[in-house]
Amino acid sequence: MTKQAPGTIDDEFLALPLQALADAALQTARDGGASYAAFRMERILGSSIRLRDAEVEGVNDTEDVGYSVRVILDGTWGFAADVDRSPEAVVRTARRALDVARVSAPVNTEPVDLTPEQAHQGTWCSSYRIDPWSVPQDDKIALLQAWSRQLLDAPGVDHVDTSFLAVKENKFYADLSGTVTTQQRIRLHPEFDAVAIDPASGAFETMGTVAPPVGRGWEFLTEPGYDWADELGQLPGWLVEKLKAPGIEPGRYDLVIDPSNLWLTIHESIGHATELDRALGYEANYAGMSFATPDQLGTLQYGSSLMHITGDRTVEHGLSTVAWDDEGVEGQMFDIVKDGVLVGYQLDRRIAPRVGYDRSNGCAFADSPGHVPIQRMANVSLQPVADGPSTEQMIEGVDDGLYIVGDKSWSIDMQRYNFQFTGQRFFRIRGGKIQGQVKDVAYQATTTDFWGSMGVVGGPDTYVLGGAFNCGKAQPGQVAPVSHGAPSATFTQVNVLNTTAEGAR
Amino acid sequence: MNPHEIVESALAQCTVDDMTVLCQEHSQTNLRWAANTLTTNGVMRSLDLTVIAVAGSGAGRAAGVASASVADVSDVTAIVERAEAAARSSAPSPDAADIVAGEASDDFAQHPAQTSPDVFSQFAPALGDWFGRAAGADIELFGFAEHDITTTYLGNSAGLRRRHVQPTGRVEVTGKSASRSRSTWAGRSTRDFQDIDVADLDTQVRTRLGWAERSLSLDPGRYEVLLPPTAVADLMVYQYWTAAARDAAEGRTVFSKPGGGTRIGERLTESPLSLFSDPQYPGMQCAPFAIAHASGSTESVFDNGLPLERTNWIDHGALSALGQTRHSADLTGGALTPMIDNLALEVDGASSSITDLIEHTERGLLLTTLWYIREVDPQTLLLTGLTRDGVYLVEGGEVVGAVNNFRFNESPVDLLSRVTGASTTEISLPREWSDFFTRAAMPMLRVADFNMSTVSQAS
Repeated sequence: MTKQAPGTIDDEFLALPLQALADAALQTARDGGASYAAFRMERILGSSIRLRDAEVEGVNDTEDVGYSVRVILDGTWGFAADVDRSPEAVVRTARRALDVARVSAPVNTEPVDLTPEQAHQGTWCSSYRIDPWSVPQDDKIALLQAWSRQLLDAPGVDHVDTSFLAVKENKFYADLSGTVTTQQRIRLHPEFDAVAIDPASGAFETMGTVAPPVGRGWEFLTEPGYDWADELGQLPGWLVEKLKAPGIEPGRYDLVIDPSNLWLTIHESIGHATELDRALGYEANYAGMSFATPDQLGTLQYGSSLMHITGDRTVEHGLSTVAWDDEGVEGQMFDIVKDGVLVGYQLDRRIAPRVGYDRSNGCAFADSPGHVPIQRMANVSLQPVADGPSTEQMIEGVDDGLYIVGDKSWSIDMQRYNFQFTGQRFFRIRGGKIQGQVKDVAYQATTTDFWGSMGVVGGPDTYVLGGAFNCGKAQPGQVAPVSHGAPSATFTQVNVLNTTAEGAR
Repeated sequence: MNPHEIVESALAQCTVDDMTVLCQEHSQTNLRWAANTLTTNGVMRSLDLTVIAVAGSGAGRAAGVASASVADVSDVTAIVERAEAAARSSAPSPDAADIVAGEASDDFAQHPAQTSPDVFSQFAPALGDWFGRAAGADIELFGFAEHDITTTYLGNSAGLRRRHVQPTGRVEVTGKSASRSRSTWAGRSTRDFQDIDVADLDTQVRTRLGWAERSLSLDPGRYEVLLPPTAVADLMVYQYWTAAARDAAEGRTVFSKPGGGTRIGERLTESPLSLFSDPQYPGMQCAPFAIAHASGSTESVFDNGLPLERTNWIDHGALSALGQTRHSADLTGGALTPMIDNLALEVDGASSSITDLIEHTERGLLLTTLWYIREVDPQTLLLTGLTRDGVYLVEGGEVVGAVNNFRFNESPVDLLSRVTGASTTEISLPREWSDFFTRAAMPMLRVADFNMSTVSQAS
């Protein structure tokens, strides 16, 4: 099967000796007796611009070019990576991968057996209009400075931190089955964070933009789509109001949670909890395990019957979206929770057969040429209800509660039970009406209790694709980008803490 | 091409006013295992170049930075050209300063040091044996061993040439009972794996899983806790990362003084404890000169090569320094105290071993590690997180069983004022932050009124 999407792969990447090095590596692996071998070459461009009070603090451009050879020899993995692009070096690297498999065999008690995948050939480019690398750096800085200056000049704003991150990722993958794929993805994340200080008391508050990181190009900042003018215009007023706002009285409240906050709760309490490698224990020493163990597949009541969670690597502009994953598996969409019940996991080719799956759903990813692909998160999303209400209608339905917007602090335990989240702003709801902000809010719950308390799910008009650039997993540590779609949703009687009281004695 | 030749080649191509070049060779090898079997492994090598070009003079000086992996000579030219173009088109850098003058060190032209899987030649067979013993004892082992050597070559157009070899290694093991209802952890940092004693790790895992054979439930609340060195390290490292002098002077951190300025000089605790960094600390030596790939609140690309020496951040209980660049020291009027890549906490007069400290605790919770530590409120540096892999109730100086895990909400700055006991300091691995920071030497601390906010069902 071949795929061809709009957009073209950069000539600089295609000019690398991709096929020649792949042929040399795969032949070496085949001759060495490997039952599986993959050659992966990557070029990853990173661009970071940081402003402090509208002045440039740091600008850094990075480029990472390298390749790896991964083999299975007599049921044991071997992996080696290098940067030297000579034919001799790639053969040497393939031999090193075989050596690593041999050296590791005595400590491997579980032969590696991959699910089959048909061969794929093709090229694919993510969906963007303006490649950020085609925009002069000065133009990017000028726009970020103008918006930062606008915030800094607003009454009550003392400081503004600005960050712009962009990544262009090229991957070439070839394996012994005949799969050969070439891909290019672009993503970016602009953030503005304002600080207000009360000079008398020294108290300070911050408020950041909730614009999500996106699989888009520079057009995200310059063309209609996201309403930057509205958000930047309102941010100083919200910040000043927050600094003067009363602290929340701790207790139980009904929460209307905006997608700008809920995406992170989905990420932590569902996305990670339904990674099969975690559920099996592969991450037990680092990221942890999961309460959602495979013996409960098809029976675990994860949440209320309104809960429909999907995983996908296909949604347009998704940060985890690809055409083929780093084991040559086609990107797919699948159910994880349906009608509130656990029905699926995120898989790679090694772990899928451990619970009887005969095909991986395409969640293998390595964050750099020098790292091993592992099971990483698909875009895991809460589906809206087709005729569900608007956010305003949901607020009208709450008598005594909070409307929570924007993500901030997050923390969850090693089996994904107990979590605590804060946010950017918290509006008090009384009698179905917003009555100003409160501050020092954190909500704390156990995963299944929380999702079981989801009483209302918003309609498609409330749905937003949020996400993060920096999801961490595995040892050595790898960082992955992922999107999470969410509508607004209402949760009943959730435990809310006052964070100032938590820190007081 | 050797890294020192890459540095000279880049500097020879300089057409701007000043240039600093950082070339780093990394080699790394690792083993990862789960449920008593290997899961992933690998060896990696990379060579990265960062060029910092400086154009203009006086108040008009601007830096341009470009970084990339290097495979051949043409890559060097491309990186120099990118950095120079950025320097020429950039507005003046707020942190502009003279580049750091100095001599060429004698070892500059030496080849990089490299690691290989051979570093595990004693450890890997011992680990394999341990898998067998553990399986026989109904224990599952999960863990990671990693060794990395980074050789840094720093050169600039003022003649400075410095080289630093940084070995970094660690091993961590989570041990679980076969039902996975009991869990514990042991970890070590190491420079060469010669000092890793698998039998010692095995003993620690078995002892703690044994303690957990009796389980007890406790409610949330404030408890006296015994924070082991790894947990103290995770808290102190986070505090260190938020200790930027400029942020404090601007009124934006826990170290800000209401009304303006910083809290330097203020007593944080009556405990005679000192928190410091020292590039020469035995067993956790780190670069004795500043290395900065980008400018930020605690580092400046202009400061590359600045000599580093022992710095006390807290001196006998009083805040004594915050992280500075030359630029931030100018702005805040403070001493030039750049950040250093290790951290140590010592308590004057502490002579107890960890075992002594447990035996002299009337009633308290002995923790194993902390996890998922995140900032909740920057004003107080309130952090949240979880206890992980074993909380043990100590009564009358003895461990009487394991209790449930908790979510905590605590400020490391505030808890220093509640220290009621400390052990001697030992090199320890900060579990949560070891991807970024491994060189820590900490005591066990006994802390009163530690806020366990809710119970976590994780076990």
